[in-house]
Amino acid sequence: MSTEEPLPVIDHDSAPYWEAAREGRLDIPLCGDCGKHHFYPRSVCPYCHSDKLGFDTVSGRGEVHTFTIARRPAGPTFADDVPYVVALIELEEGPRMMSRIQTDDPEKVHIGAKVEVTFVKATDEVTFPYFKII
Amino acid sequence: MKNGRDPVIVGIADAPLKDGKFVTNASVLGHAALVAKAAVEEAGLKLSDVDGLLTAGMWGIPGPGQLATVTLGEYLNIMPTFVDGTNIGGSAFEAHVAHAAMALREGYCEVALIVYSSDQKSLRSRNLGGRPSVLSMQHETPYGMPTPVGGYAMAAQRHMHEYGTTSENLAEIAVATRKWAQLNPEATRRDPLSIDDVLSSTMISEPLHLLDCCLVTDGAGAIVITTAERARDLKSKPVAVKGYGEAHTHWAIGEMPDLARLLPAQKAGERAMKMAGVSHSDIDVVEIYDSFTITVLLSLEALGFCKIGEGGDFVSGQRTAPGGRFPMNTSGGGLSALHPGMFGMFLLIEAVRQLRGDCGERQVKGAEIALVHGTGGTLSSGATVILQKD
Ligand SMILES: [Zn+2]
Repeated sequence: MSTEEPLPVIDHDSAPYWEAAREGRLDIPLCGDCGKHHFYPRSVCPYCHSDKLGFDTVSGRGEVHTFTIARRPAGPTFADDVPYVVALIELEEGPRMMSRIQTDDPEKVHIGAKVEVTFVKATDEVTFPYFKII
Repeated sequence: MKNGRDPVIVGIADAPLKDGKFVTNASVLGHAALVAKAAVEEAGLKLSDVDGLLTAGMWGIPGPGQLATVTLGEYLNIMPTFVDGTNIGGSAFEAHVAHAAMALREGYCEVALIVYSSDQKSLRSRNLGGRPSVLSMQHETPYGMPTPVGGYAMAAQRHMHEYGTTSENLAEIAVATRKWAQLNPEATRRDPLSIDDVLSSTMISEPLHLLDCCLVTDGAGAIVITTAERARDLKSKPVAVKGYGEAHTHWAIGEMPDLARLLPAQKAGERAMKMAGVSHSDIDVVEIYDSFTITVLLSLEALGFCKIGEGGDFVSGQRTAPGGRFPMNTSGGGLSALHPGMFGMFLLIEAVRQLRGDCGERQVKGAEIALVHGTGGTLSSGATVILQKD
């Protein structure tokens, strides 16, 4: 992928998540009080509002909750990627996260398709968790 | 029970457009000022009578637009003592009506002015991409999420999966709305449109086609609200604000609690209808935010005009078109009349025109009660207003 594509502005909430992705792990917050995982990473649990949170390495498996095939790029930096699939993945652990489906055939993507994480390096700082159909 | 401090709309105005662009040469604030002046003068008031100022917009950001009421107050040279710059996207103006109504009832304000202006078409500034991916956006934008259409497309995809809704169902809405636009000389797109035209238009973000998407135009509008007591001495036909509600759930589409169900509309709609003491069958005309065809379908279901999942059937057979059983988006909506970015202002203006009986060819006969529902962000916020001919 092109390094000109918009990169995440990493902050204190998200730094451990992006650091894990760089190392090839999918780490998301786990609440020490209610025991639920959440995404995107916050400093307060969105379910019980506890601040006893830690990062947990999850399976990286889930399914397509919904998706769109972008036939027009989201800005010129994505022009070469068209058509591409942006998908909302529901992880086995519960939370949903937005990502890309890595596929040669966008038409094959469907709601409920089982997926697994795959890491795509963008820059020295940023590696994206993409998903592929399994 | 009637009260002298009940809120009533006494003035409306919008700016003329040609091919979706402002006709008059003025800055974005200039257009705001011109419609503000027109709306207060229509009511028989002066800008110096205004003590409540409410606005939301996307102009001047970063910069003076960050403090929008302050900047607009300066431009108009007024010193409001009740202000509201609530910005929850395109539904902001329905929420402003609610907030103004409460301030009027409380005696905190006598004349409230709600204003909106956008020159996005003239500036060619609609593209929301290219902004830094901060906070929750760092988890969506870098994946090439088309904004805002991609989020609406994901909701449509989910609705199709759960309930069997089809692209034809969505196209019915675009076609019916165009028929209303054909009756509105001010509408931007008035050429005939068929369901096949919608389905064969360019695919933008599957399953949404180009003609499932709203227009990109300029636009400016203003509304003046005062008390029933004050309105008695004014010259315009008053329209009463009978009920209101607002809610929001998320900013990033990935955080939407249920992508096939519009919870803010459900919450806001229930509250507004209960406050007004009206049921669905009492409503004569409906103005629903149509940023995309799917927005309307989800709103109709959540507002309770049909059951969840039955929106596709509900809009079939051109039910919402002129002559249909459910008059909706009678100006031609955001899909065919105008869409300057935050369309909620124009839903209110059209509802007031319908209740005044000023709509000419597109007039809904005997319209006495209107429901207006705005949606903002990416299905993020909802605000409902019930209006009644006074
Ligand atoms: Zn918790």
